[in-house]
Amino acid sequence: MAKSKVVTVEEAMEHCFDGMTVLLPGFVNCGVSETLIDGLMQKGVKDLNIISNNTSIKGKGIGRLVHDNRIKHITCSHIGNNTETVEKVVAGEINITFVPQGSLCEKTRAGGAGIGGILTPTGVGTPMQDGKQLLEWDDAEGKYKFVSPDDPIKGRRFILELPLHGDVCFIHAWKADKMGNVVYHRTARNFNEPFATAADLVICEAEEIVEVGELDPDMINTPGALVDFVVQARKVEE
Amino acid sequence: MDAKQFIAQRTAKFFKDNDLVNLGIGMPTMCMAYIDPSIDVWFQSENGIIGMTGAPKEGEPVDYDVVDAGGSPTGMRPGTSCFSSFTSFGYIRGGHVDYTVLGAYEVDQEGNLANWMIPGKAAAGMGGAMDLVTGAKCTIVMTVHCDKTGKSKIVRKTKLPLTGVGVVDYVVTEKCVFHFTKEGMVLEELAPGETVENIKAITDCDIIVPDVIKSMVD
Repeated sequence: MAKSKVVTVEEAMEHCFDGMTVLLPGFVNCGVSETLIDGLMQKGVKDLNIISNNTSIKGKGIGRLVHDNRIKHITCSHIGNNTETVEKVVAGEINITFVPQGSLCEKTRAGGAGIGGILTPTGVGTPMQDGKQLLEWDDAEGKYKFVSPDDPIKGRRFILELPLHGDVCFIHAWKADKMGNVVYHRTARNFNEPFATAADLVICEAEEIVEVGELDPDMINTPGALVDFVVQARKVEE
Repeated sequence: MDAKQFIAQRTAKFFKDNDLVNLGIGMPTMCMAYIDPSIDVWFQSENGIIGMTGAPKEGEPVDYDVVDAGGSPTGMRPGTSCFSSFTSFGYIRGGHVDYTVLGAYEVDQEGNLANWMIPGKAAAGMGGAMDLVTGAKCTIVMTVHCDKTGKSKIVRKTKLPLTGVGVVDYVVTEKCVFHFTKEGMVLEELAPGETVENIKAITDCDIIVPDVIKSMVD
């Protein structure tokens, strides 16, 4: 008999702490863990290092953490949907590291899959290669060589992007069973699926919690083995 | 028809049956309205969907779990598939997207694209643009030919931080279409009433002028 991982938001927040690195999936407002962010707000967790694709919109989702100055650093690909984040970054109140969206996916996948880094052509010749190791394929020798940005280009170049890993990840499920098997809904899957692999602790909020055995094994997007706690998500006003 | 609509109308003619197309937010989204109804194109959005149909019309149901690259609700056609952003960017980087269509701050004659930051101004971030221009089979830039000050957005050498190096295949403006080839930047089409001389006068680039230049409206 599978043990239930269902807890209250308050119980889940016992594992969240100041200065933690938290992976927050979601695409603008879609697939964001609003209920668990409520928990962070209520507990007063601060100095967060956030890994996310963006910062929702002003006053919603991750935007609430931005507004209340809970964030020390963000690693993300885009903040254009939230003017308040742009203002706070310009004012130096939040540090930011931009990562191309696809590289953000692969970096977290590497972090979650035990891979030491990935080689991507994305960002070669742009500011994204600054401060990173650059490799070039040498066809004659059949191997990669490290190169400097100023070296003459002789082959296809790739940036060595390092893995990303966090302390905690919040995922938003459409349905989860009591042991944390998860099904996402439509494009709300977005970063939830890759991010769920890349944290020490994964907390899932689910719109609907069902009994173990109710979900078709072939339909499960994130297996319960990766999920530590399950929380009932509140209804979100759109 | 204004300049942007004209650019969208021409750009929409690139697509063929079963092409997988990513339209950036803003002007590129306008292409949807100009696709020949006999052509069956599939629209992809990098957050994780193939088969989106655009913003639901008034009275149509809205599902906030189905959003486009701007985070706004979009419709789905029969045959739509949804997947994670990780999978989506694998499709993009892996060369499975036929066309990516984006805007630009500047494009230079070597096909370098700058569309994500201007030094000294607050940057919103590149989102998926760098992956899209790196991975898509064909990159089309839609832009008005000149900025508000009358300066050409197609330049000899851009000094702006790049989105991608040598990634642009076509630039479509309200005045002409440039095709970026190994030989250089080819003036492939002209808008009705435009002349080679005028394009050369407003665009400070090495422009290859072929013997035959097509009309943008043929």
